[in-house]
Amino acid sequence: MAHLPENSPTDPQSLLVIGGTSDIGRACALRFAEAGYTILLAGNDAESLAREADDIKARSGAAVSLHSLDILKTETFTDFIAQLPVLPDIVLTAEECTGDQHKAESDLDYSSMIMRANFESPALLLGLFAEKFTARNSGVLIGVSSVAGDRGCARNYVYGAAKAGLNAFLSGLRNRFGNSEIRVVTVKPGFVRTGPIENVSLPRFLTAEPRQVAQSVYRAAVTHRRDVVYAKSIWCLVSAIIAVIPESLFKRMHL
Amino acid sequence: MELSGWARYPRFDSTLFAPATKAEVLAIEQKLAHYIARGNGRSYGDAAIGSRASISMLGLNRFGAFDPETHLLTVEAGVLLADVIATYLPKGYFPPVVPGTKFATIGGMIAADVHGKNHYRVGSFGNHVQSLHLALPSGEVVFCSKEENRDLFDATIGGMGLTGTILDATFPLINVPSGWIQEETIVAPNLEAALDLLSNHTEAAYSSAWIDCLSTGKSLGRSLVHLGEHARPIVVEELKPGADLFPQPSVDTLTLPLEFPSFTLNRLSVAAFNALQYRKGALTAGVPLLKGIDTFFCPLDGLIEWNRIYGKRGFIQHQSLIPNEKAPTVLAEILRRFAVRGNASFLASLKKLGPASSGLLSFPSPGYTLSLDLSIDRGLFEFLDEIDALVIKAGGRIYLAKDARQSPQTLVAGYPGLERFRAIRAKVDPDSLLTSRMSERLGL
Repeated sequence: MAHLPENSPTDPQSLLVIGGTSDIGRACALRFAEAGYTILLAGNDAESLAREADDIKARSGAAVSLHSLDILKTETFTDFIAQLPVLPDIVLTAEECTGDQHKAESDLDYSSMIMRANFESPALLLGLFAEKFTARNSGVLIGVSSVAGDRGCARNYVYGAAKAGLNAFLSGLRNRFGNSEIRVVTVKPGFVRTGPIENVSLPRFLTAEPRQVAQSVYRAAVTHRRDVVYAKSIWCLVSAIIAVIPESLFKRMHL
Repeated sequence: MELSGWARYPRFDSTLFAPATKAEVLAIEQKLAHYIARGNGRSYGDAAIGSRASISMLGLNRFGAFDPETHLLTVEAGVLLADVIATYLPKGYFPPVVPGTKFATIGGMIAADVHGKNHYRVGSFGNHVQSLHLALPSGEVVFCSKEENRDLFDATIGGMGLTGTILDATFPLINVPSGWIQEETIVAPNLEAALDLLSNHTEAAYSSAWIDCLSTGKSLGRSLVHLGEHARPIVVEELKPGADLFPQPSVDTLTLPLEFPSFTLNRLSVAAFNALQYRKGALTAGVPLLKGIDTFFCPLDGLIEWNRIYGKRGFIQHQSLIPNEKAPTVLAEILRRFAVRGNASFLASLKKLGPASSGLLSFPSPGYTLSLDLSIDRGLFEFLDEIDALVIKAGGRIYLAKDARQSPQTLVAGYPGLERFRAIRAKVDPDSLLTSRMSERLGL
């Protein structure tokens, strides 16, 4: 396994974050900026994007550019990529849209929106970048997915099903590029503490800070070259246990 | 929900809102009356408990801009000082003023006009604030600086959040040669010696004295006087060969797992602790030590919830200012009374203060400031009222950021800028929409 130095001596590399205003997206952008990367932030809320860009610039001194993108407007994706100032070295999708499961159970449009935001949109974008990376023969594709995609449960199966789709898509991409310079990383953060007030209902040993997730992503993408990362390694075990529970038992569990 | 300050006394119900952006702050405030902004809850008493609602500013934690030419940093009001230090110290920059905790927000540091161990040289944090944006109760956002809206600026520095909600602020960072402090400790056998040492060492970048406030008689006020300088690289190499010149400041800290039972703090245990501290300090006196930023400035942050050692009933921190000429006699009398009463205090500290800032309710002005922690017991409040009377008679005052119990009369006598503050407050908040438990208690 190759361990590269924190700051490689080559030209400044670039990271594109799609969903640059999400907690994980912004934490990842900052982590890479601190390592000397040029950052491209994409999203559809110009004001929030500018706020995050200023924060990253002031903290790291890195160059940050803003790019307008509505992740549900798939027809704009090709143009979006064509208009980027550079083809980034690394692309990360980190849109935040867990949605309201209860509402999704009866609202068709809403349910469809959750599925599109969590599967269709990141898959199409990463697929398009995969084509560009093939032509260049380098690049890292990172999809922020979820442990919710490991097994569907009552609490969030609409979101979970979309993430399961994304997991399969990423695994397929990785298999396709198995013998090349192009790498694909699946991120399954587990519980992440977000927002200013501590969510006390989350068990501490299972909960990661966004900056811990960002550190795991950075290590997986740059220094340690992992394929699938959990922010807290305990989730690897939790997921493995949940995966082997027989369906006849699982269906009666409250999850 | 029930809110309290850092001393966990008093506690009141107040609805807590948690906006994530400036726009959300403005939207929430439009629907509220009798509210106050709240930072990280590090003021000790009732300053950051809104009468009906409190607005947590912790979501406004983004940096805005840093100019490497001027060293001016603009941040949102909810940014923690710890975040500023962790981000910029590795690059060779440091805040001009650091109070006893780095877990205060920048907005809170302005609202309390905090001071550090270098007040006699650089003044309070408010001295360094270039400008800020303030959300008035009317919904208007006003830019305030020493040039623009000067009155409002002066009322906001030290104004305990009562002129509006600070949204962001701009202040300079200073260049430092390393992330270490070279500390020298001098033993002062009594109060007089401690005061002399503090006033004779104004060339030191930082100074403060730790007082054993249970000692009496000839050793009344015996202290360890700590002097500090930002260590030059050559000193770091000499005292800690091979050490990183700019170590990454800690973010994670040790946390006390449970509330200590209140009985662990009593006269005996504290006297033993104090005697031990004094001996330990006396042993290292005269020897220059290299200390990390955290150990020097914020030793108690290492125990991240140290306020819990006083148990559920909380404690009072009493911090007074005594002008220079009255300091020797009045501080001696105050210390004598504390020693006789024997109310436990882990931490008593004495610092020299220099010229005041322009803040109308700012605490520091030339003199000495004594602060001590007191567990709450029967008769404490009456006892402290008598101490306050001594302070006021000497022309001093009681620090609002630590306060939970001073009387309105004590406040009026201690703060000459109060009338002007009230006039400005009446102008920007005619309907008294901004109220905290402190402002109600003191009629601010």
